[in-house]
Amino acid sequence: MSTQVSDQTDDESSASEAETAPAAQQRRMEKKRQRAAEAAEKRQADEAEAALADEETYHLKVFRYDPEIEGKKEPRFDDFHVPYHKGMTVLDALMYARDTYDSSLTFRHSCRQAICGSDAMFVNGSQRLCCKTQLSDLEEPVRVEPLPHAEVVKDLVVDLEHFYDQMEAVEPYFQTNDLPEGELEEQRQSRENREKVKMSTRCIWCGACMSSCNIAAGDNEYLGPAAINKAYRFTMDEREGEDMKQQRLEILEQEHGVWRCQTQFSCTTVCPKDIPLTEHIQELKREAVKSNLKFW
Amino acid sequence: MYEHDVIVVGAGGAGLRAAIAAQEEGADVAIVSKLHPVRSHTGAAEGGINAALREGDSWEDHAYDTMKGSDYLGDAPAIETLAKTSPEEVIQLEHWGMAFSREEDGRVSQRPFGGLSFPRTTYAGAETGHQLLHTMYEQLVKRGIEVYDEWHVLDLAVSDEEAPKDRTCHGVVGYDVQSGNIEGFRARDGVILATGGLGQVYDHTTNAVSNTGDGVAMAYRAGAPIEDMEFIQFHPTTLPSTGVLISEGVRGEGGILYNEAGERFMFEYGYASNDGELASRDVVSRAELNEVNAGRGIEDEYVHLDMRHLGEERIIDRLENILHLAADFEGVDALEEPMPVKPGQHYAMGGIETDENGETCISGLYAAGECACASVHGSNRLGGNALPELIVFGARAGYHAAGRDLGEAEVTTGKRGDWEPGEVETPVEPGAVEPDVEADASDAVADGGSGLDSEEFVERATERATEHVESLLANDEGRNHAEIRAEVQQSMTEQVNVFREEDALKQALRDIREAREAYQDVGVADQSRTFNTDLLQTIETRNIIDLAEAITLGALVREEFRGAHWRQEYQERDDENWLKHTLLSWNDGSPELWFKPVILEGEEKRYEPKIRSY
Ligand SMILES: Cc1cc2nc3c(=O)[nH]c(=O)nc-3n(C[C@H](O)[C@H](O)[C@H](O)COP(=O)(O)OP(=O)(O)OC[C@H]3O[C@@H](n4cnc5c(N)ncnc54)[C@H](O)[C@@H]3O)c2cc1C
Ligand code: SF4
Ligand code: FES
Repeated sequence: MSTQVSDQTDDESSASEAETAPAAQQRRMEKKRQRAAEAAEKRQADEAEAALADEETYHLKVFRYDPEIEGKKEPRFDDFHVPYHKGMTVLDALMYARDTYDSSLTFRHSCRQAICGSDAMFVNGSQRLCCKTQLSDLEEPVRVEPLPHAEVVKDLVVDLEHFYDQMEAVEPYFQTNDLPEGELEEQRQSRENREKVKMSTRCIWCGACMSSCNIAAGDNEYLGPAAINKAYRFTMDEREGEDMKQQRLEILEQEHGVWRCQTQFSCTTVCPKDIPLTEHIQELKREAVKSNLKFW
Repeated sequence: MYEHDVIVVGAGGAGLRAAIAAQEEGADVAIVSKLHPVRSHTGAAEGGINAALREGDSWEDHAYDTMKGSDYLGDAPAIETLAKTSPEEVIQLEHWGMAFSREEDGRVSQRPFGGLSFPRTTYAGAETGHQLLHTMYEQLVKRGIEVYDEWHVLDLAVSDEEAPKDRTCHGVVGYDVQSGNIEGFRARDGVILATGGLGQVYDHTTNAVSNTGDGVAMAYRAGAPIEDMEFIQFHPTTLPSTGVLISEGVRGEGGILYNEAGERFMFEYGYASNDGELASRDVVSRAELNEVNAGRGIEDEYVHLDMRHLGEERIIDRLENILHLAADFEGVDALEEPMPVKPGQHYAMGGIETDENGETCISGLYAAGECACASVHGSNRLGGNALPELIVFGARAGYHAAGRDLGEAEVTTGKRGDWEPGEVETPVEPGAVEPDVEADASDAVADGGSGLDSEEFVERATERATEHVESLLANDEGRNHAEIRAEVQQSMTEQVNVFREEDALKQALRDIREAREAYQDVGVADQSRTFNTDLLQTIETRNIIDLAEAITLGALVREEFRGAHWRQEYQERDDENWLKHTLLSWNDGSPELWFKPVILEGEEKRYEPKIRSY
């Protein structure tokens, strides 16, 4: 296959010197049509072959939608049969489908190692990072959909603006009153305190928790588990002073803050970083009570 | 058209630090990034960040180790700047609340790392990069710095004087991924490229899918020289199906490498009789590939890394995340089975030529982070030295672009003084193929009309980029980028990998040439303006082709064995002839090769090359 292609291109470049530009253009267009036909044929053959060799393929049902393109404005599911190899993840399968069958298949992804948080999707009915999900752990057909409760931009891509806004609403940055003297002096932190905040610092902003939360689905202003967890990270850090802690608790115990949480644990269940979100929210509720704030 | 004083392209560690610095200096700064900042690949760094913080350590020792690690191909002024500045930068992060691991006394922890004479690698568990990226993004939010996220920068707006060093960068052209709109961004004071690595030139890499070397390729085509591109670091323990990194920590704790016959080859075959599995990254990578090439690999592809004998308790205590990685990405339970591993592309030592202030030879154009070559890593980077590079040189580029006086740089950029021309015999003409009318739009950076003002340059560049995008979209039945990209990636992995020999390098150049020709007819099947990743990957593929060629040309011309660069025909380091940097300039669509000497003169001493012994 590859030699065939390169032969063609060789011909092309040597011939083009003598030819007039329009003739070359025409010839190229012809080649292109031919190639497109071949590619379509190959694709069909591939799919058919893959579908036949049953135990070696995975069947994916993938959500498709594009607001702009005629024929894709109506949401639908596309079927892809992807050849399987050991260790293959849902993301690998999506990439294979895109690169081999349909280059318009659209999804976010980058690191392939569960650290950039960009490929959280709804796979077989729950929020997961596709790169971290082995196909072999799933039942067929594998249904891949965009994260629920967020606006779909295209195919598997959702709008995360609202999620980011909530993250930023909790003043997500360290604020300390007493920086040590001297440029090279550290603000000491006990090991215990680091351990206490450690899990909360692992969040990769994937949005899975927010998407799984019934409360967030019904109350657009609810800060949501990820943002509250972000606030936990600073509230519990001993290096931030008491007054900062009060200020944070005020943000947290407002009407759409911690008290909205009904401890359903769905966020904790889906978090790919195993952050004990519900526990963190509960702990902040206790802190709020301790500090005698009003509650709703 | 948007307008700011300083525009930073990229929001990884280098970009974020640059933006904070520029704002501190009073500039109106904005970041333009194709990914939301927290999605940047800096988040993947595991091991740690080097800084001489403790009694008994000194910046001089850090500088010395770095120079030695570089195999004497780093520039002393840049290395000394790195070593001197990283303590204050790391403590700055600490003051911003970064969750470093802690000692009993509450100070930050440090651990030993390969090639360091003191345990100066400061870390946050095995997620140092994640903590660093998020801490810096928090500071960005605090300062209200503007971010255009999911904006893909397509090109630079650079004036067109004959000599690159007379040119000026006036801004960039961005593509809004969500809407498909193309807009100019004018930078009154400077553009800082912080676009990260180029791992996607290879088909097996620890780098993210987005690491396509865009900034390096853009700067190169705008006339900024790129430096030492042949030096690519390969990491010996990556998972075969994804390239996910299995940290050196496994071998550090006593993990053992086996070939298919179950032999512990690092000792039995004598690759590193003293150090075994703990030999340096390049040595272990070569050993593994030797095994595979000699038919002793598993499935002709990889070897086994076994840690079962360490016992469940110790594994869970110290290497728990490795268990997750093996299970999630390879489907292997590392308590029960050995893990499959093979070498993978990991880091690009080369990049856009800059001085210690992050400045390129084009005025107003800066680069920092992995896309830049400030020349601190030379031919081999020490683990833990990339992260300090981001913050040290990111900050300097930010300050300098915003007008702070950092003093005269000692490293020179562009063809100045003691450069010497180079030549290399190639089987095919490298560089752009005869551009057809449509593709032409993307090639020419300089487009006539001196006497244009800054806004007009940005407008022109925007028009050009728009035409280019239109022409790609118009060709909806053209070649698919994925195919072309895969061919380049495979060729690079086969021919320009850990082992390099002349015929193979030449074959790679032929393959790349073929890819260029195929690319003449590349097209975009997806016709949507909304989130068109088909289009963006097509644009990235062009960058991959240019950088693959640059790496290969550098590898072909450098006739010696230095650091990560192994040549079959030349098995010795050759200080007599090769204490110099390889540079490539994009000259009317073809790469021009030249050299400049390495600066071994430090502040108070000269670094004398010593034999590298394993
Ligand atoms: C797995 C792994 C582990 C590592 N571990 C360590 C370690 O322990 N210690 C260490 O010192 N180093 C380590 N490194 C190396 C180090 O992490 C990287 O060199 C460094 O993080 C690169 O940072 P950066 O800011 O230059 O780029 P990145 O973090 O990659 O950021 C690049 C940015 O540029 C943007 N961008 C790219 N192209 C465009 C475009 N066309 N338009 C707009 N925006 C664009 C992206 O969106 C992104 O925001 C590791 C690397 C890897 C891959
Ligand atoms: S808390 Fe967990 S699920 Fe929620 S955004 Fe963070 S990593 Fe994702
Ligand atoms: S691709 Fe980065 S988290 Fe999955």
